[in-house]
Amino acid sequence: MSDKSVKRRDFLVKLAQGSALAATAGTLWAYMVKQEVRAHPYALRPPGALAEHDFNALCIKCGQCVNACPYDTLKLAGAGGDIPIGTPFFKPREIPCYLCPDIPCLKACPTGALSPKLKNINDSRMGLAVIDLEHCLSWKGLRCEICHRECPLKGKAIVLETHPRGISKHAMFFPIVNSDYCTGCGICEKACPTSEPAIRILPHQMVQGKIGEHYRLGWTFETEITQEFKPAAPSAPPAPAEVPKQAPGMDYLNEGGL
Amino acid sequence: MALTRREFLKTSIAASTAATVGMPLSKAAEAAVKQAEAGWQWDKSVCRFCGTGCGIMVATEGGRIVATKGDPDAPVNRGLNCVKGYFNGKILYGKDRLTQPLLRMTNGKFDKKGKFQPISWEQAMDILEEKIRWALKEKGPNGISIFGSGQYTIHEGYAAAKLMKAGFRSNNLDPNARHCMASAVAAFMQTFGIDEPQGNYDDIEHTDTAVLWGANMAEMHPILWSRITNRRLTHKNMKVVNLSTYGNMSSDIADIEIIFAPSGDLAIQNFIAREIIRRNAVDWDFVNKHTVFATGPYDIGYGFRPANVEKFASAAEMETFKNEKVRVLDKYEAIGQRRKPGEVVEQKNAATPGKDWAISFEDFKAALEPYTLDYTAEVAKGDPDEPMEQFKAKLQALADLYCEKGRKIVSYWTMGFNQHQRGTWVNEQCYMNHLLTGRQSKPGNGAFSLTGQPSACGTAREVGTFAHRLPADMVVDNKKHRDIAEKIWKLPTNTINPKIGSHYVKIMRDLEDGQILFSWTQVNNPWQNTANANHWIKAAREMNNFIVVSDAYPGVSAKVADLILPAAMINEKWGAYGNAERRTQVWRQQVMPPGQARPDLWMMLELSKRFKIKEVWGEQPMPGLKAEGFPDNKLPSVLDEAVKMGYSPDSTLYEVLFATPENKKVKWPDPVAKGHPNITADLLKDGWFPEKALFEEYRKFGSGKAHDLAPFDVYHHDKVRGLRWPVVEKDGKWVETPWRNNEQYDPYVKKGAGFEFYGNNGKTLVMGNLDAPGDGSKKVDISGKAKIYFRPYASPVEKPDANWDLWLCTGRVLEHWHSGTMTRRVPELHRAVPAAVCWMHPKDAEARGLKRNDLVWVESRRGKVKVRIETGGRNRVPRGLVYVPWFDEGVLINKVTLDSTCPISKETDYKKCAVKVYKA
Amino acid sequence: MSGMPQYSRADALASIEKLRRRAWPARFWSWRYIVLRRLSQFGILLLFFGTAHWGWQAAKDVPVLTGNLSASEFMGWFPMADPFAVLQIFLTGHLLQPEVILGAAIVLGFYLLVGGRVYCAWVCPVNLVTDLAGWLRQRLPIPALFALSRNLRYLVLAAALVLSAITGVAAFEWVSPIGMMHREIIFGFGLGFLALSAIFLFDLLILKNGWCGHLCPLGAFYGVVGRTALIRVRFDKASCTHCGECARVCPEPQVLNLKKLEEVGLVASGECSNCGRCTALCPEDSLNFDLRPLIRKHHEARAGGQV
Repeated sequence: MSDKSVKRRDFLVKLAQGSALAATAGTLWAYMVKQEVRAHPYALRPPGALAEHDFNALCIKCGQCVNACPYDTLKLAGAGGDIPIGTPFFKPREIPCYLCPDIPCLKACPTGALSPKLKNINDSRMGLAVIDLEHCLSWKGLRCEICHRECPLKGKAIVLETHPRGISKHAMFFPIVNSDYCTGCGICEKACPTSEPAIRILPHQMVQGKIGEHYRLGWTFETEITQEFKPAAPSAPPAPAEVPKQAPGMDYLNEGGL
Repeated sequence: MALTRREFLKTSIAASTAATVGMPLSKAAEAAVKQAEAGWQWDKSVCRFCGTGCGIMVATEGGRIVATKGDPDAPVNRGLNCVKGYFNGKILYGKDRLTQPLLRMTNGKFDKKGKFQPISWEQAMDILEEKIRWALKEKGPNGISIFGSGQYTIHEGYAAAKLMKAGFRSNNLDPNARHCMASAVAAFMQTFGIDEPQGNYDDIEHTDTAVLWGANMAEMHPILWSRITNRRLTHKNMKVVNLSTYGNMSSDIADIEIIFAPSGDLAIQNFIAREIIRRNAVDWDFVNKHTVFATGPYDIGYGFRPANVEKFASAAEMETFKNEKVRVLDKYEAIGQRRKPGEVVEQKNAATPGKDWAISFEDFKAALEPYTLDYTAEVAKGDPDEPMEQFKAKLQALADLYCEKGRKIVSYWTMGFNQHQRGTWVNEQCYMNHLLTGRQSKPGNGAFSLTGQPSACGTAREVGTFAHRLPADMVVDNKKHRDIAEKIWKLPTNTINPKIGSHYVKIMRDLEDGQILFSWTQVNNPWQNTANANHWIKAAREMNNFIVVSDAYPGVSAKVADLILPAAMINEKWGAYGNAERRTQVWRQQVMPPGQARPDLWMMLELSKRFKIKEVWGEQPMPGLKAEGFPDNKLPSVLDEAVKMGYSPDSTLYEVLFATPENKKVKWPDPVAKGHPNITADLLKDGWFPEKALFEEYRKFGSGKAHDLAPFDVYHHDKVRGLRWPVVEKDGKWVETPWRNNEQYDPYVKKGAGFEFYGNNGKTLVMGNLDAPGDGSKKVDISGKAKIYFRPYASPVEKPDANWDLWLCTGRVLEHWHSGTMTRRVPELHRAVPAAVCWMHPKDAEARGLKRNDLVWVESRRGKVKVRIETGGRNRVPRGLVYVPWFDEGVLINKVTLDSTCPISKETDYKKCAVKVYKA
Repeated sequence: MSGMPQYSRADALASIEKLRRRAWPARFWSWRYIVLRRLSQFGILLLFFGTAHWGWQAAKDVPVLTGNLSASEFMGWFPMADPFAVLQIFLTGHLLQPEVILGAAIVLGFYLLVGGRVYCAWVCPVNLVTDLAGWLRQRLPIPALFALSRNLRYLVLAAALVLSAITGVAAFEWVSPIGMMHREIIFGFGLGFLALSAIFLFDLLILKNGWCGHLCPLGAFYGVVGRTALIRVRFDKASCTHCGECARVCPEPQVLNLKKLEEVGLVASGECSNCGRCTALCPEDSLNFDLRPLIRKHHEARAGGQV
């Protein structure tokens, strides 16, 4: 073998080894990053935070929002915790977001991970309050409703629905969360007097369902119903085509046995 | 707060997303829970907080309250509680519970400027005795005072009244109910001649209309509110009207919300009366048979310090205080009082505000004439952003309800009426409209005064722990009443001091004047709850006096005290409360108080052992006393007569007042206890049952006088959940009275009378005209009748101006009770509402460069506090008004409030004064 | 090679001897850069910490230095940001706010002038840990376990950028021990100290200057940035005796390649962190900080003199 070809072979082996190393290490690294990003789907973010994936990408982990928070609500996640590393979050039961009208945390964010599009703090959607009906004092008939009264958007984000109690002449006052208004500030979770809060803030994707796009509720009035049919451009009938070998339904129809 | 239909539906969607995440218990875990609860002992008790009087059940184990629940058999609440009631069990176990007497000392000796040091009860009693002796020696019976309470148990209140009035011959005993119910009391007494509502809570289930006049029942009477809401939901005719100076939670189910300007209620009531007459909706049969028209003077001042005011008040304060002497009428009061605007009115009747006389219906009607819709709307519209036409329409709609034949109406009020510079008047105006339309003392019809304290009725009012009262609605300045009391109490004639003592605010002023040298606070928090607090805090700390505070937790009052006595709380002693519907409810002692904490009753009884009658029943100075059978300025010695009655001059007050031979026949232990302890009896160690004996003695006052109570043991019967007095024995059964003054329900009404307001039996009224009583020649017999008063509109004494540009209204929040000494010790309640905030209209905030959560100063001519601004949440204040609750000692809002009182009831107006708000 | 001066072993030994025998004042003086660097590193940490915990303000409502090394704001208006972090975020395909781009540009501009890896020696908190490991290792007989190319870091740098684009999140920022250490000092502890311990042990026991000299992509980034820096270490070949003390203390000794030094008259490599160890130590005063244009003039003047 010539010197040159030995060198060449060595080079190729080295290249392969290097690539393998890079690929292994890179995969490991990417895996770590992905794991970390996914650490805690329950993380509650400061007001104006982008959707979790975009937020994680844009947050530079500088902590300026934490510095700006006058209530010490926000914390930066440490390494090894269950919140994605270095990102700001809050635990409402400890300190909720008090909804500063001037949103200092958002103003402090240099990257836009907290979107400057949020102008009114009441439009923030940090999460959604969810009531555990089984352990809510008000749903048991007691006159508690602390969540309702303490809600900064009382009467909008948390409304009270009254119902007769049946077994006595005392009405029940059911607090109900209205996702159109709930900011997820967590003041309700903080204030809830039960041993474990019967109202909690969870990220929207953890609690909110979605009705199929193919159906519209018949008793709401979001879109105007018009009975005037506006015909589209006339469509031509399908052109004759080659007969296919397969057509839908054949498999079942040709299957043996009945 | 009507939700649009779309929003409503949206909430239903959200509700369905609210997952139930209950974890089923395993069989073993369930068994473990059952096992753990096996040793619990349940017993009935009462909620510690408001005047609603919910029944609760208390579970104890190992000397500790381990759980509570709403009492399912209690007719008031049927097993429910509000969130304060939910924490009844926890209020006993706050971390900073007082458990040892504490005295300000330096080098082991009492020193007013010293630091608090623990002492023994013996030492505490020594200094208590020494200081009372000193005050009596310096100033006579007027030198001592007790701040009592509507949270006293009946036994405690009764013992306090007897100790002060019969023992020390001092009438300087006044409860915090003065801040709370005094206007209602005064109006009941003036109108009906007997205290407390005719109706009861069952009115809710009978009525078609609940009109709330300054009562945010949704927060302050949560359980009653759930009954009103239930009625609103299940009875299609039911209407709810909420009248208030700011929007609150009670508006949430209201059909009409009327936001009126402070004191505008006086005009609105007269407008309704005018409409009732104009539209011929008067129930003439009822009016002719059961009522008489009356009025009184208008120039009655504002309840400020009558004399010496310059000595204590700053120049800024004097701007308001000068009105006590002379008032320049503004445009609206001039019209409402048939005078000229700018007229200068000397407040001649400031010392005799309660004077009244009868008038003719024609005069009455003429007096109402100025209260047209236009005038009333202009005076009373409280929200500057509300269109005038809309406000007028609401007033009309309200009048329509009153004028609708057959419609049943209950009016509810609490502090909005009572804490009012014309509190007695506005209460009486409420009766005016109910009486005019025959809507009183009937199921579903009546003006019903709600109370704020658990025993404002049962103790403060019925027992008579007021400066002017004796038990069962009797008063000290009535010879006959004193005679009755002295007979029941087995006292020599003229033992009881006929001079009305210092009311609550006056005790504070007397401390500032140096007239009162000894003050003992029981079951309340005077230095947090009294308006214009800077004066009183200074007086307590800087004057040569001795301040004793019995309390369970260290509050503002304990902080200004010289001696702190650790008190037992509810369920750590035997007790009884009377709620707002005259329901007397009792409880047994469930657990022992912690450490050295002891019941107030024991403290008073123990103290009474240290005074002999020869020390207190001799001749005593009583400056200003002028009464039939008494030498001027003196209480005569009654010792000789006492000796004739068989007492020894060396008999102690304990033997004469409390451990009397008759009382000692009531033995402890008693089967009614069912094994429960009695710390008071155990500490006294002389084998009698003080709570039972004193209750039985107290019963004698009301028996046969339409104030009848059942025997002690009846209330403790397992099946009994309180009884509404008068409770009369009929066929061996004790029967309560649901509606008073109504023949159908009240055994005291003469047969065939239909209705009888017997409180006024035997009384007459001088006939006069609108401006003055007549010459006294023509008297009207008012036996069996209630008075329909004409009371005019009067403007608030202090109104916002260029400098002090906002109204301040104070009050409560559901989560905290009164000064927060108990509820703020419950971690959950404290976490829920950790601090008071200042509710402000967003536009007012914006105009001042403020935003939600900003720290601001709220400042008046009297003082200032720092507080955070809230522009949303539970209260919706109109522009021009701010609301600050008073539970938070960190936001001591009573440094800011004005100590103007209703001149008749002496109840402070906490609902209106002028302030400014600026960034801190 | 004929133009090269000849070095004698004796001269070199004399230089070393001179160094060993220097008097205490001189010895102290030779520590000047290490003192200044620690002051700089701790001072920056303190400013962040004081602002976050004690509310340090320059004036009312003007915090002194908020944030951390990833992004910060000085005196309430002057933005700074880590250009490497910003580059990674940019590669994730997300639109950044102008503020952070400006901040990154400011920082980048600064290091372009003073030398990229000035960050490593004068600012980076991990340097405190690796310096300690390096210092200990010099005093302990720990043999090298294996050798790694110092160019590996460029591979790591490239990987960080590629992975950012692939994973959609700033790949290095999510694992960076520098970020962990800084954040946890300022904002409270997590498990970041474990990562730091690992670096310490790696540097001490496994590979000398392992993290900073071989792996750290941020250092690599700044190495690239620093190639054209204004402040450089000037080399005077005339006085140099080839004693080798400079290379002994240098954490990146490959930058002191004598051949290269003699050719250009300065430490040209961007991997030099301007830590100043060599300049303070050189017994012959052959190494000194200077500005790049002045260095050329200096050498020209020298050369002229010789001619």
